[in-house]
Amino acid sequence: MAQLEFTFRKRLAVGGAGFELDIRLDCDAGITVLFGASGSGKTLTLEALAGFLKPDEGRILLHDSILFDSGSGVCLPPQRRNIGYVFQTYALFPHMTVEQNLAFGIQRVPALERRRRIHEMLELFGLIERAGRRPGELSGGEKQRASIARALVTEPRLLLLDEPVRGLDYPLRADFYEILRNVRERYRIPILLVTHDVAEGFFLGDRMAVYGGGRIVQMGTPEEVFHRPHSPAIARLLGISNIFSGVIEELDPMSDRSVLKTPQFSIAAPYLPGRFRGDAVSFCIPREHVALLATGSARSANGRETRIPVRIAEEVFTPTTVRLRLDVVNSPGGPGTPQDSDAMPSGPGSVESEVSRAAYQKMKIAQQKDWLAELPAASIHVFPGQSEPPLGSGLGPRARAERRA
Amino acid sequence: MWNTLAQIDWFPFWLSLRVAVIATAISLVVGLALAYLLARHEFRGREVLDSVITLPIVLPPTVLGYYLLVLLGRNSGLGRGFEAVFGFPLVFTWQAAVVAAAFHSVPLLVKSARAALESVDRNIENAALTLGASESRIFFQITLPMARRSVLAATVFAFARALGDFGVTIMIAGNMPGRTQTMAVAIYDAVQSGNTLPANLMVLIISLTAIAILYATNRLQGERLL
Repeated sequence: MAQLEFTFRKRLAVGGAGFELDIRLDCDAGITVLFGASGSGKTLTLEALAGFLKPDEGRILLHDSILFDSGSGVCLPPQRRNIGYVFQTYALFPHMTVEQNLAFGIQRVPALERRRRIHEMLELFGLIERAGRRPGELSGGEKQRASIARALVTEPRLLLLDEPVRGLDYPLRADFYEILRNVRERYRIPILLVTHDVAEGFFLGDRMAVYGGGRIVQMGTPEEVFHRPHSPAIARLLGISNIFSGVIEELDPMSDRSVLKTPQFSIAAPYLPGRFRGDAVSFCIPREHVALLATGSARSANGRETRIPVRIAEEVFTPTTVRLRLDVVNSPGGPGTPQDSDAMPSGPGSVESEVSRAAYQKMKIAQQKDWLAELPAASIHVFPGQSEPPLGSGLGPRARAERRA
Repeated sequence: MWNTLAQIDWFPFWLSLRVAVIATAISLVVGLALAYLLARHEFRGREVLDSVITLPIVLPPTVLGYYLLVLLGRNSGLGRGFEAVFGFPLVFTWQAAVVAAAFHSVPLLVKSARAALESVDRNIENAALTLGASESRIFFQITLPMARRSVLAATVFAFARALGDFGVTIMIAGNMPGRTQTMAVAIYDAVQSGNTLPANLMVLIISLTAIAILYATNRLQGERLL
């Protein structure tokens, strides 16, 4: 049994439109990242766990004790849940010193033990010299450390963090990640962290719950979520921009290979078990997996990757990389040529790539517009479930008709 | 001039001061409790209660005074109850002047204190909840200290209002020199009987007090909550 298990439903009236939160999650010790767009219910989940929001129905179990159970009418007040909560704004008591802030939650602990615990926390979070200061005299990073220390000094059974690095500078974020990993090692308790920063979720999470419209739409390790998103919507949320729709043109289980056809190009992908020729599919490929090759390069040797002639349409410089928008060039007779172009609408005719600054310079990308984009079959992720077939695609309906027959 | 000063009856000044201090103390307790109720609890009729509390600010003082006279008079239940407990009727005593003053200062206090308490970051109170604090501990150790400047400013303001009531006081406490005659009433009395010097002096005292109080409240509210 997991240390924290909960399932609940809550209907809320948000500006006339109803919003339903319907969450089910089990967490063990370690960091579970709640990831999703603003307004998808992440903070509401923390509030329900902490006891600020009473669900309409459901159950919250923490270490075998019932915090909430609509069936038996149990609803512990926040004071009796023993949960540490680190607020987005830190919520330190502004009229108290750091030391008094820490002491607030452990008034009933004997004085000697109380002093020992406070001192230990101050030391752990590098706040010894700030003990006598008020929050107004602390830096952003110190405030954040003080608020985590205040939550942990009570020895909670669960730690909730609501976007803790929002408003912190980048070096301070790195410090915070370090601190949080230490906390994770030291306290073997479930930690729930709300974020809408992909990198942060990827970096910190032992598990990741992706939120969408008040539900958890995908759950897994950050690696799984990032490389095998369940839907195009989740992929977009994760910042994946190369999302295409097409139909399965070839399926070859013997060589573990398939070919997916979009209006602009055909692409080699791994074999898709449980799918049929002609099925409509959506798929994606992370932009950092799209490589550039000089136009004169030899054709793909083993069919494990697809090379598409492209022309650089846009270059966006980030501090460490260059993002390239590549328009697919439909040379007559080439591999990217649509077979029945009269019937095909223009879909997403471009692919995005991201190369390091070093590669950008070494390959002299700035001086050359025409390239071959190489898309490795192994990097193609086909979303589970059927997608709408592209309009006018001749293959799809016919193949489906064959299947029905 | 000094002769006249010496002849002036200082009773209204001291009575006004006593009435205002007691009325402010009562309004602070009642007003804070009501403000907290309105600011932090959701219940049916919350805004109706707020309107009823605000009523004394907009009602003509004579109307309010008449209501109180009916409510607290010797023939009313409340009036009889008071008489049974304290052994004297409430109306037309200086204690009635305290009631009159309190009815003017409570609404002011509730209005400002509600705004001050509501301005305290809810998450700070929630943080205190997760740290195991009871509601009363949160109020006295977190919410009230954080709102203390605004609450203090509201209290000073309420005191000023209690000091200057005329209409309600004259309706339920009357105008009995040496017994229920507060400064505001005494000024009216002095002007009516042509005693301009004591009138001028008392007007001056009240005006200076009012200016000092307004200056103090502005200073208190002008600074940040902390």
